[in-house]
Amino acid sequence: MNARQKNTTEYNFAYLDEDTKRMIRRALLKAVAIPGYQVPFASREMPMPYGWGTGGVQVTAACLTPDDVLKVIDQGADDTTNAVSIRKFFQRTADVAVTEATQDATIIQTRHRIPEAALTEGQILVFQVPIPEPLRFLEPRETETRKMHELEEYGLMHVKLYEDIAKHGQIATAYAYPVKVEGRYVMDPSPIPKFDNPKLSGNPALMLFGAGREQRIYALPPHTNVVSLDFEDHPFEASKANHNCDICGAGDTYLDEVITDDQGSRMFVCSDTDHCRIRQEA
Amino acid sequence: MYVAVKGGERAIENAHAYLGEQRRGDPGVAELGTDQIEQQLSLAVNRVMAEGSLYDPALAALAIKQSRGDLIEAIFLIRAYRTTLPRLGASIPVDTARMECIRRVSATFKDVPGGQILGPTFDYTHRLLDFALMAEGEAPVAPRKPAEPAHVPHVTGFLGDLIQPEDSSDTEPRDLTREPLELPADRALRLQSLTRGDEGFILGLAYSTQRGYARNHAFVGELRIGTVAVEMDIPELGFSVEIGEVELTECETVNQFKGSKTEPPQFTRGYGLTFGQTERKAISMALVDRALRWRELGEDYVGAPAQDEEFVLSHADNIQATGFLEHIKLPHYVDFQSELELVRRMREAAE
Repeated sequence: MNARQKNTTEYNFAYLDEDTKRMIRRALLKAVAIPGYQVPFASREMPMPYGWGTGGVQVTAACLTPDDVLKVIDQGADDTTNAVSIRKFFQRTADVAVTEATQDATIIQTRHRIPEAALTEGQILVFQVPIPEPLRFLEPRETETRKMHELEEYGLMHVKLYEDIAKHGQIATAYAYPVKVEGRYVMDPSPIPKFDNPKLSGNPALMLFGAGREQRIYALPPHTNVVSLDFEDHPFEASKANHNCDICGAGDTYLDEVITDDQGSRMFVCSDTDHCRIRQEA
Repeated sequence: MYVAVKGGERAIENAHAYLGEQRRGDPGVAELGTDQIEQQLSLAVNRVMAEGSLYDPALAALAIKQSRGDLIEAIFLIRAYRTTLPRLGASIPVDTARMECIRRVSATFKDVPGGQILGPTFDYTHRLLDFALMAEGEAPVAPRKPAEPAHVPHVTGFLGDLIQPEDSSDTEPRDLTREPLELPADRALRLQSLTRGDEGFILGLAYSTQRGYARNHAFVGELRIGTVAVEMDIPELGFSVEIGEVELTECETVNQFKGSKTEPPQFTRGYGLTFGQTERKAISMALVDRALRWRELGEDYVGAPAQDEEFVLSHADNIQATGFLEHIKLPHYVDFQSELELVRRMREAAE
């Protein structure tokens, strides 16, 4: 029975065995070499459910070294339950230092946001991705969408955006807003609000995207040119709630709307809790 | 003044403690032992082993206890454990013709060499609640007769050249758990996916073929349950050694095939093989396997779900499915907020 009683200390550094990490790193290298291209990888069954960030966790595990300082956010916040859970997982399996401060982190795993503070060279931002295929809801078959990427056949996407404008007067996509990478691959930036899209382009940090259930990895190397799809007469606009943060007063951050009483009163607060904290302390 | 919600870590710890308490239930009631689960809920154990892709009844029983009887959660525990195990090697293919059968029925022939063996089946039970089971008591002893080691050949073997021979190949099949699924998949890979696929999903698909969505009437040529020896080649020894045995359920269906330009009319086969005593799953698997073979047999694609390889293989895994389905309960404040803004803006524009 002893051989079975695996406790956490018996797991390899950052949980995954070295062969698996090497397999993931190879996929990451390929992804960096072909920005925006979805690289298939042999995603493992992780001890947390698919949909909870298994892709991001595997990418983080493959990148982590004992000297790294890890930050984990979900919805921009360090204290959301799943961010807490993932941070704890790496503290337990890799014993790495963790931080809530964006500028102190060497690796940041995120779900649905890019931090407000500018990232710097040497930092890695790891995105958790549910559906990596930007064309998926236009064409459900992977065999078809792979062909469409191969042939750079993105007409369907432009037709969809055009139909939005024809029907609604604007492009009715508010998050997971599709982008084109270095003029080649159309890419899903994961369900970040389109407010965050401009931060994808020319960013000095390395951005890695992991989709565990869908077994795909893709990347934006530092300083990659990323363009949000739009039309000349309907240019892309990074929108947010038309308010300032009710706590720190910032007018340039992405805001969460919080309902504060049963009369429907509401307030707006920064979704990036670390950014808001720094501004309050200043 | 509003303070952002904090305390995620404490909330998680408390939730886990509460879960543990609920798992135990009333402490006045004796705790369930994993050996009891293994012995007395053995069909649940079998399902967890089959869909967890790990043959270990004791661990499956533990997983069932830990998951409070939620079998998909138990399968998940087994899968997550399985991934961490080293791969020491591959066994040589098990020989199901040498199975020691506890059950073996054929729907195609009244009698066959090796006989029809009903075994421990629910088939002819009347589904009347047995209130005697609520009281404690000794289980009835089944009558038995001395085992006579019988050769139990595969029923489909008696069809000779009337049934399509299967390709035999020594090439190593791709491993679904070590490589990303890439389509189109060959039959070996499809069968791997089906055998670990969700019983309910495979059952539903199989049922849909019976009701006319890619109908191809299946006779159960043979259904057998029993144990087979697992052997491994040991390079240092130069011969294979039996390292244990596993219980398997195997189903071969016999389906009509009208023939084509190159092939005479003949029967074809759907195949199901699952860990443990899991015959609903094995029969379902055989039907879906056969439905997925439309292309190689030159049959019409009628657009039925069970014919659609990409649809079936992408959605058969209940761990993937339940994870993605349930993740929508995680926080989505940020993307919802962006939708909220968009809807408000679109309404403003419309007014």
